[in-house]
Amino acid sequence: MIPNIPPGQLMLELTDATVTFAAPGGPVVRAVDGVTLSAPAGSFVVVIGTNGSGKSTLLNAIAGTVRLNSGSMRLAGHAITHWREDQRARLLGRVFQDPRAGTAASLTVLENIAVAACRGRRAGLKWATNRVLRAEAAQRLGAIVPGLDARLDQPIGSLSGGQRQIVSLVMATWHRPDLLLLDEHTSALDPAAADRVVHATATLVREHQLTAFMVTHSLKQAAALGDRLLLVHRGKIALDVQGATKRRLTADDLAARFDRLRCADQLDDTAAQTLADLYV
Amino acid sequence: MITLLSTWSFGIALGFVALGVFVSYRLFSFPDITTDGSFTLGAVVSTVLLVAGVDPVVATLGGMLAGAAAGVCTGTLYAVLGVEPLLAGILMTTALASVNLVVLGRSNVPLSGVTTLLDRVEVILLPVAQLLGFDAVTAGEAARLGCLVLAASVTILSLYLFFRTQLGTAMRAGGDTPTMARALGRHTGAMTIAGLAIANSLTGLAGSLIAQYQGFADVQMGIGMVVWGMASVFLGAALVGPARLGGALIGTVAGSVTFRLLVAAALRAGLDPDWLKFTTAVVVLTALVAPRCFVRRDQTSPSR
Ligand SMILES: Nc1ncnc2c1ncn2[C@@H]1O[C@H](COP(=O)(O)OP(=O)(O)O)[C@@H](O)[C@H]1O
Ligand SMILES: [Mg+2]
Repeated sequence: MIPNIPPGQLMLELTDATVTFAAPGGPVVRAVDGVTLSAPAGSFVVVIGTNGSGKSTLLNAIAGTVRLNSGSMRLAGHAITHWREDQRARLLGRVFQDPRAGTAASLTVLENIAVAACRGRRAGLKWATNRVLRAEAAQRLGAIVPGLDARLDQPIGSLSGGQRQIVSLVMATWHRPDLLLLDEHTSALDPAAADRVVHATATLVREHQLTAFMVTHSLKQAAALGDRLLLVHRGKIALDVQGATKRRLTADDLAARFDRLRCADQLDDTAAQTLADLYV
Repeated sequence: MITLLSTWSFGIALGFVALGVFVSYRLFSFPDITTDGSFTLGAVVSTVLLVAGVDPVVATLGGMLAGAAAGVCTGTLYAVLGVEPLLAGILMTTALASVNLVVLGRSNVPLSGVTTLLDRVEVILLPVAQLLGFDAVTAGEAARLGCLVLAASVTILSLYLFFRTQLGTAMRAGGDTPTMARALGRHTGAMTIAGLAIANSLTGLAGSLIAQYQGFADVQMGIGMVVWGMASVFLGAALVGPARLGGALIGTVAGSVTFRLLVAAALRAGLDPDWLKFTTAVVVLTALVAPRCFVRRDQTSPSR
């Protein structure tokens, strides 16, 4: 059904993608501002940037949660610019920042996985859960977090945030997605849980040879993970490093980059303020 | 004895409203005011069909289908046209008030001399009731109750089975967490429309059964039904505790019967019937507010 893109060929192509938001009466925000970007199959792209720089909007534009105002995009060989979110879901796996957004609290762990097992497929009148699904779910969850396989019949709302994110990861990758989108999926967790989720992420991406975009607020994660790094600033890609340069980057280098951006911002803001004071 | 049996019968028949509210409010987090209108619609459509000489089974299904259609309209207002859930329901109920009046022709139509679904099943169940030891006076009433219990059991079982299928599970997921369902490829708008169709078909069925049970349809009979349904759902949840789908469905009908019994007791104890709807509203308000008072203390700790 889904053409499998061989490693090295382009999985995702954004061309001049722009997303703007206009609050009624407020200024127009160009959350994604003319981004052109391509990612070969098998690349693990880490995305960083300050709050409000447009990272989430970039991922949401790929997922179809927000529409492009202009530009186009291709994913796994499909021109998906005009696809709805639920249609794109057959190509995508997603994990959200909030564990509550990615799992249905009142359903059991197994029922949540059953819904994920229908991703990209018709949900019909067959039983959602069965012995085969149960066995596979137990095996896949247990391989990551020993003990989680024993909790298949509990409402997923009774799991900790970290455990819920692990289940979310397993759900997102249940059927191999062409692209995995992770939007700060560890930032609602305590450090120990975040480490476990990052470890699970790295393992799953490696095992399934996934193409992934991971937004993170943690410069440590950004330096340690992935083979390419994007720094998003004011809706544009301010830095795009890969290969040996990416591998050499340390968390300190990234922190320095951030500081420089922040200084530049302050200059801009003061300059704008001065102009406003003078002319308005 | 007869009064007790009939209280039970009313409780079970109204239990279908409660099941409808369970589907729309609990599974889809959609406070669906359409309930008031679709209850009357179900009653009115079935009554008109019965009076026209249509087979009672078909007439009952007709009332149910009419309810489903009302649900589809509300769902479309919400999911396609972007109208708020409460407003969508209010608009539909207001529109249905006219529809109901036009369909029924006048404000009140009796079903005297017409064979209803309950009459038909009563004939079948009468020997059973007599075997169970009901005397000649109460056997008919017991048979009617048996008929309603049977219908409720079949409905609960069907709902349970449906919501365990891939489609039903995806619908529950979409009602619980729309972001999750969309990310997994489900069209949550279509699911809400389907969910409201199911909910209001149950409400329409309730209206149809109540009309056939009491022997008339009245254009006012749906007023306050959504609040009745909520009261039953809350009471049911309190009865069965934290339960899975099956337990919650049974609890919902049990909640309706319990509430009906409580109401009967209160009336007998001297509650002015004029204050009935007021009391129901207070019960629902209490159920809505009470848990919030208990939970507030824990909410300062973020979920980990
Ligand atoms: N749904 C929305 N409506 C209006 N503005 C939005 C919306 N989503 C994001 N924005 C704005 O777009 C900008 C980028 O936001 P976002 O992509 O969430 O940033 P990040 O994820 O990098 O913190 C911000 O200025 C934010 O206020
Ligand atoms: Mg963000």
